[in-house]
Order: sequence, then structure tokens, then C-alpha cells
Amino acid sequence: MSYQQPKFRHPSLPVNDLGYTRADYEGAISTLCAGCGHDSISGSIVRACHELSLEPHKIAKLSGIGCSSKSPTYFLGKSHGFNSVHGRMPSVVTGAAMANRDLLYLGVSGDGDTASIGMGQFAHAIRRNLNMVYIVMNNGCYGLTKGQDSATADEGSASKKGDPNPFGAIDLPGLALQLGATFVARSFSGDKEQLVPLIKAAMSHRGFALIDVVSPCVTFNNNSASTKSYEFVREHAEATGTVDFVPMREEITTSYEPGHSQEVTMHDGSVLRLRKMAEDLDPFDRGSAMMALEASRSSGQILTGLIYMDKDSADLHEVLNTSRRPLNTLAEEDLCPGDKVLQNINQSLR
Amino acid sequence: MKSLESINEFVIKFANVNGTGSASANNLFAKALFRMGLPVSPKNIFPSNIQGLPTWYEVRVSEKGYLGRRGGVDIMLSVNPQSMPQDVREVEPGGYFIYDSTKPLDLRLHRKDINIIGIPLTRICNEEYEDPRQRQLFKNVIYVGALAALLDIDFAVLTELVADQFKGKEKLVLPNIHALELGHQYVKANLDCPLGIRVRKSDKVGDKILLDGNTALGLGAIYGGATVAAWYPITPSTSVVDAYERYAKRLRIDPGTGRQNFAIVQAEDELAAIGMVIGAGWNGARAFTATSGPGLSLMSEFLGLAYFAEIPTVLFDVQRAGPSTGMPTRTQQSDVLSAAYASHGDTKQVLLFPSTPRECFDFGALSFDLADRLQTPIILMTDLDLGMNDNMSDPLEWDDERKYDRGKVLTAEDLDNMERFGRYLDVDGDAICYRTYPGTHPEKGAFFTRGTSRDEYAIYTERGEEYEKNMLRLLAKWETIKSYVPRPEIIRSEQQTEMAVLYYGTSEEASREALDYLAADGVHLNAMRVRAFPFNDEVEQFMADHEQVFVIEQNRDAQLRTLLMAEFELGPDKLKSVLCFDGTPISARNIRKQILMHLPGYNVTPLRRERVVGQGE
Ligand SMILES: Cc1ncc(C[n+]2csc(CCOP(=O)(O)OP(=O)(O)O)c2C)c(N)n1
Ligand code: SF4
Ligand SMILES: [Mg+2]
Repeated sequence: MSYQQPKFRHPSLPVNDLGYTRADYEGAISTLCAGCGHDSISGSIVRACHELSLEPHKIAKLSGIGCSSKSPTYFLGKSHGFNSVHGRMPSVVTGAAMANRDLLYLGVSGDGDTASIGMGQFAHAIRRNLNMVYIVMNNGCYGLTKGQDSATADEGSASKKGDPNPFGAIDLPGLALQLGATFVARSFSGDKEQLVPLIKAAMSHRGFALIDVVSPCVTFNNNSASTKSYEFVREHAEATGTVDFVPMREEITTSYEPGHSQEVTMHDGSVLRLRKMAEDLDPFDRGSAMMALEASRSSGQILTGLIYMDKDSADLHEVLNTSRRPLNTLAEEDLCPGDKVLQNINQSLR
Repeated sequence: MKSLESINEFVIKFANVNGTGSASANNLFAKALFRMGLPVSPKNIFPSNIQGLPTWYEVRVSEKGYLGRRGGVDIMLSVNPQSMPQDVREVEPGGYFIYDSTKPLDLRLHRKDINIIGIPLTRICNEEYEDPRQRQLFKNVIYVGALAALLDIDFAVLTELVADQFKGKEKLVLPNIHALELGHQYVKANLDCPLGIRVRKSDKVGDKILLDGNTALGLGAIYGGATVAAWYPITPSTSVVDAYERYAKRLRIDPGTGRQNFAIVQAEDELAAIGMVIGAGWNGARAFTATSGPGLSLMSEFLGLAYFAEIPTVLFDVQRAGPSTGMPTRTQQSDVLSAAYASHGDTKQVLLFPSTPRECFDFGALSFDLADRLQTPIILMTDLDLGMNDNMSDPLEWDDERKYDRGKVLTAEDLDNMERFGRYLDVDGDAICYRTYPGTHPEKGAFFTRGTSRDEYAIYTERGEEYEKNMLRLLAKWETIKSYVPRPEIIRSEQQTEMAVLYYGTSEEASREALDYLAADGVHLNAMRVRAFPFNDEVEQFMADHEQVFVIEQNRDAQLRTLLMAEFELGPDKLKSVLCFDGTPISARNIRKQILMHLPGYNVTPLRRERVVGQGE
């Protein structure tokens, strides 16, 4: 069961440019297990959308099947949502995005939903550079079917059941880079300070933006032998640097020591300020990003933060040269060539 | 031996090798007869292969207007030594076997009861052309020229056609006409012509057109307002999206910006293709996919979602011979059951059965109105025979006053003026609920679409009563749907009868012809062509009105008959099957024979005893 969140508004809650409080971006009360990483990610999505002053109804949230895929019910209650079938959210987003290019598409998936059953669709959405934010709530297991190892579980990692996983893990950011993703980041559900600006940046990015968020499953995979537990991730997370997101309309005031920071303007005019970036990572160079991921992995660490971004890429609509007016707003006069044309066609068939 | 004689009524078959460019020459032949005012029905019989295997092109010519397969071959034009033994055997007694006599005919192939006519096609060709590619291509054109002399085809019509065919490539016109003349002159100089079978100008074509069903469907999607097409290549459906794309690039480019008022996505597989269609339909665009059996199987899970979550979805299924990869380039009507009940759980899907290109166009466009109005998948069931062959058809028409029916969609204003929006609330009592597109209103109208059970306000619930209520509403909607889908076409026999035939899709032409044969045998039958599932009241009434109904279809398991029995709870005695599933279109002779075999007193011996009923001949 899910319940509608009580809409109690404290008078002193901060409002954004649209006059909305954070509560306006919340959804139904979560029915996930207490302490589940997925709920924290939902909280970060709420915070990012509120702080960005996004109009909730201009966002469409879509998911597959799993505990993670249930979470869109628990944020953005004023947005249309679509809980589709297991592993197939990317295709539904592709169609939706073709129909209306003006909405912001937020896809939420799990590691089972993405790295197993949905691997093909995930890969092809990346390849087409579909304009969407794709968040994987990655707990290394199938939460909803009671904790089986997933394809992102590390080799040797053991869930509560106790058997070490014999197979190597699929690293989603690494795979996404390989497939040509134009925005790749990783974060941790327990690190909102890092995750919120990354979500904002992903939402400003034109093209496919992946955030792989390690999100512990407290019920099945948060034990000491698991590499997706809160404890393990806290100890082994290694950030590429710090990302600050400055929305388009805010003036940039602070300045930083050169060399340590870098500013990039996104295609919508917002600015990303990257601070304390790792010496050996150039997040605008795919090769460098791949090397950094690999170096971190082989030293047993989990690389988090912004890993790669190509801010000038063409998304699927640009490639197809589709009308700037959303296709779902076109009517008979735009779409139907009329009888006269048809009579000419008939004539050519005689 | 008595040679067959006929004017304007015959079957001719071309035996070729695929990949040798015979298709355009064969087309030229059929179109020439069409332009002489003769109804023609050409059918390609081709392998799932790109080059080197046998392929046939069978043309029914019938001034009486019979467009189905008759069965049997009167004239065989054979340029493929590989298939010659089989081709010789197929010729009707008294018929004509025309072959390339550059090499002498194998003595074992000789038949005394047919006319064997040799034309040294390869020799004529080799004497005229140096280039091997030219030799291959023009050989085909030469035999068309030869046929023109043998059948008395108006040569001027042929030359005019060549000029039309190569409009824009004028350099090719003269060489092609020259090749036609080579064949024509050889026959005139060396053979008795015309044959006993020949053609004469007629006026039985009127304003009809020659068009394949897939192109008509692509055009139907353009006129029906489809903006999103998602697909994965599969024979015989590929040319639907090809046609849509070809016409969209001509007719759907925004004049101001040069941008496309459509989006075509070649998906990674059929699961993704139907997922895209559902995503687009959910978001208020008209979207479709085209596929065949294997793709339909893959789409099954998603079709259940679209049924249950009530999302407009359009799917064109161009059927081919299954199961599995089956005979991928042969025709069948064998996806009926898997489409009608596609997906797990209690599902029922709306099916449309066009039987002509004109109906492909009409039903293709109609699919989008129905999907929006009924908020459910619409599966249009055509097949390889209709989809990939040129069929003579009524011309296409569009009423410029027609408006798209976008169904029950609420605007921001509607939402402002209402109490509480419930996505699955049956407000009007027709079991069709109101929906909203994403992004409509800042505060109202948002809901969660899901494949899980939910209440009338789209809130997740596992309460059995709520689930059951919703499932019953879907059943009530099924009743509503009956009044929206195309009605059957009923033809009454001139004599009072308790017996009838029922057919659908591409069995129409052969069935109608068989009815004429049967009437001549003294067997009178009423006829109904079913055009949609769910079956509407007229179908039910017709079934009730007859003692015995022969259900004619092109599959092994009598799938539509099963559907009729399930939906109307009819006993098996009332419905008898007339089947053909060898991958060729059903023929009139076959239908006649099978019906007579069911009737006491008409003991017809099957032509080939070792084969069960249901085989084409
Ligand atoms: C076609 C299909 N197969 C299997 C399932 C059962 N199933 C539901 S959720 C799930 C795994 C979910 O794992 P993940 O995506 O990692 O989400 P989590 O629950 O861990 O957040 C499976 C296998 C299904 N719903 N559909
Ligand atoms: S089972 Fe695991 S993933 Fe699912 S809600 Fe509980 S903690 Fe979260
Ligand atoms: Mg998981």
C-alpha cells in the first residue's frame, strides 16, 4: 500500500522561485524498508528539483520493476509517473521523449533492472544519446525478489545469505563510457552533498546522463561481507572532486584558486564548478575518465563524483532533426496531406 | 492433345532465380495487362535468401475479376533449370511450358499432354550483349517481349510502360525497348503465335490501382496522423515502415524549418519497439510499430501492460508462416490466437482484418482513432500475401473534413472545472475513462501509470475487490469496443440456405470465387467476411442464423474457428474448417474441394491422397 503524503505546510518552510516548498516535490509515503538507500536518493531528487525550481508537471518520471523502480511513487507527486515492465523503462522513455521533447525525463532503475534484464535497452538508449537522466539505485542485489546477487555485485562479495559471488561485476559507469554516454557520474545514497549537485547537473545536461548511485539494501545486502554495505562504501568511496552547481540565473560570486577549480557552462546556461579535481582525471576526456575508473577499481576503491561529461553532444532529436514543436501537439493540418495528394498517388499506381 | 484455349482468363507462372533482377521484368508484364484493362493478381513466391535460390511469380489474369489464387498453372515460363522438374509437373494438361532452349530440354522432363515451347533466351542475349550483368538483366526483358508476341499483348502499352518506369533515367528507355523487341521478333519469326491462350483489351479495371498492402498501411499511418514509428526489421513487415518513411520524407517535412514532423526509431529489438510505441502513446503522440510473428511473440509482455494500463498502441502484424522462424517468406494467417489473447493474465486484444490495399489504408488510419478512443492496443492483422504483393484495389480516398478522434483526454481547463480526477473512474458509463497527458496542469491531473493493480484514482492497491472491479470494467469496455470496430460484410446467396462460409483477410477473393463454383455445383452458401475482433452483434446473429458454417482460413489449427467457439460458446459441429497452410495463398479450387468433402453425396477424391486436407494445390 502507498499512502498520499499529508500536505501539511509549515509557514516557515523555505519556498523556491515558483513559490513551492520542498513538500510540493514529495510523493506518497514510502513503503520501502526503513533505512533503504533508495529512500535517501528520492530525498536527493526532491531537493534537487526544489532547488532548481523545476515545474513538477514538466517532469515525467519513469521506471522499470523492483524496489528501486517503485520509488518514483515516493517523489514528485505532481508529475506523471510510469512504472513500466522489468528492464524496459528506456524504450518507454524513448517513445515518450519522441512524443514530447519539452518535458524533462527522469528514469529510475535498479541494478537488476538495468544490468541484467534491461541491459540491451540501457545500452541502446545511451547509444542514441536520448535526452534523459538515468539513475540506477545500485544495491548489488535483487531487493524485491529477496536478495539474489545481481550483475553489479562484486566478485567475492557476499550478501546476507553468505555465499560469495563467483562472478565479476558489471561496472555501469565503465560500460556507459564505452558505449559513448555523454554524462557519467557515480555517487552514494548516503552522500547527499555530492549527489544533489550531480542530479542538478544531470538535469541540465542535454543528452543521456547516467548517475550510478550505490544504495545499500538494508534487508539483504548490508552485512559485513558485502561491498555494497553502508560501511564498506563509506570507507572505500573516492571522490573525483567536488561539484557545485550554479543555476543559470545566479551570479557567480566566489572565486577559487586557479588550478584547483574549473568552471564549465552547460548548454542551458548553468555553470558547473569543479573543485579539488583529482590530478589525473580530465572529466572532459573519455580516455582519461576510463583510466581513472580502472585505476580506482584496481586499487579496491569506488570512484564517485562526476566522471565524464561531453557538454556539446547532439541528442536524439537533433540527430533525427525532429520538429521543435513537440510531436504530440501537431494536428491534422500539420500531419494529414489531404485527398488531393492521395489522388496523385493513386494516379501513379495505375 | 487438346491445347488450352482462353481469352483473358488464365494463370501464368514465372520460374526465376532470385537476385537476377527478374522482379521488375515480371512487374512490367503484369502491369501491361493491367493497363490493357485486365484484372490481374500477381503473387511473388520467394525464398528467405538474397541470391541464387528459386523464386516464382504467379499471375492470375481474369476478366471476370477473380483475384484470388485459382490453383493450377496454364502457362509456365521457366528460366530456372534448378526448379524445372517441379515446374513442368505443375502445368495443367493442355497448358504451355515455355523454356530457355539454349540448352536442350532434358528428355525425362518431356510431357506429351502439354505444349513445350523453346526460346533460346540465353543465346539471343549472348549474341547481343557483352557485359555479364546486362546479359542477366535483359534476358528477363527479352522474355517479356517474347510473351507479348505469344499472348498478343499490345506492344505500344509495353513501350509506354517502360517510358514511365524509367522516368528520370531516360538513357535506359531505349535499351529496354530494344530488349523487348528482340524477344518479340524472335517469336514472330520462329514460332506459331499467338497461343490458344491470349489477351485482348478490356475495360474491367476502371479506376482501380495496383498497390501492395504494406505501402497502403504506411500511407494509412501518414494520413492517420502517426508521428512516431518504432520498429525492428522483419520480413514481411519491413516495407510498411519503409513506405511510411518514404512518404513522410515527402509529405511531413515542416515547410518553414525543414524539420521532420515525425520520428522513426529503428529499435534494438521488438520489445523496445513496442515499448517506444507505448511510451509515445502514453505521452499523447500517435505511434505504431510493424512486425511479424516472432516480433509479436516478443511484444507479448508489453501488450499486456498496454491492455491493463489502457495505453493507446497501434501494431501492424504482417503474418508469415510460423511457428518459430517457420517459412519466413511464405504467407499464413497463423497469429490470430496469439494476437487475440496476447500476454499473460486475462487479456483480450482488438484485431482488425483488412483484405485489400484500400482496407489496409482505411483500417491503418482508423487504428489510430480506435487506439485513442478505446485506450488499448489495436492489432491490425494482415499477411505476406496482401502486404508484399501488388493487389488490384479500389483507389484510396480521404475525406478532407475528417477530424482525428483523440478520445477522452482532459485539458487544463477541464481539470480546473472538475472535482477530482480519477484516471480509472468510469464517468460516462461506457467503461472508457478519461486520461491526461503529462505536463497538462501544474497542480491537477497527474497520476501514476502502472502494470500493477490500482484503484480508480490510480493509487496502488492489492485489495481483491478493487482489482476485480477494474477487471470487470475492462470486460465492460470490451462490450463498448464491439460498437466501434468495423462490421462484417455479409453476402446472401440467391437461394435460401442454412449453410454459410466465413472468411477474413486474404481468403476473401478465393472464397468468393469458390462460392461461384459451388453455386454451379448446386451448393448455395451465404457468406460473411469478419473484419474485426471482438466480434460484433452482426457476427453473432449470422452464426445463430446458420446450421453449418465453413470457416476458411490459412493456418493449421483453425484459429479463428477456435476464437468463435470460445467467444460464442458454439459447439464444434456447427463450425467446419477449410484450411490451407502450405505457405501459399489459399486457392478457389482448394476451398471448393474441401467444402464438397464435408457434404454428404459430394464425394470428391482428393487429388493427392497422401496429403491431408488443407493443402494448396
Ligand atoms: C519479466 C520479469 N521477470 C522477473 C520479475 C521479478 N522481479 C521483480 S523485481 C526483480 C529484480 C529487481 O532488482 P533491481 O532492479 O536491482 O531492484 P531492487 O529491488 O534491488 O531495487 C525481479 C527479478 C519481473 N517482475 N518481471
Ligand atoms: S528489500 Fe532492500 S532494496 Fe528493497 S526496500 Fe528493502 S532495503 Fe530497500
Ligand atoms: Mg537492486
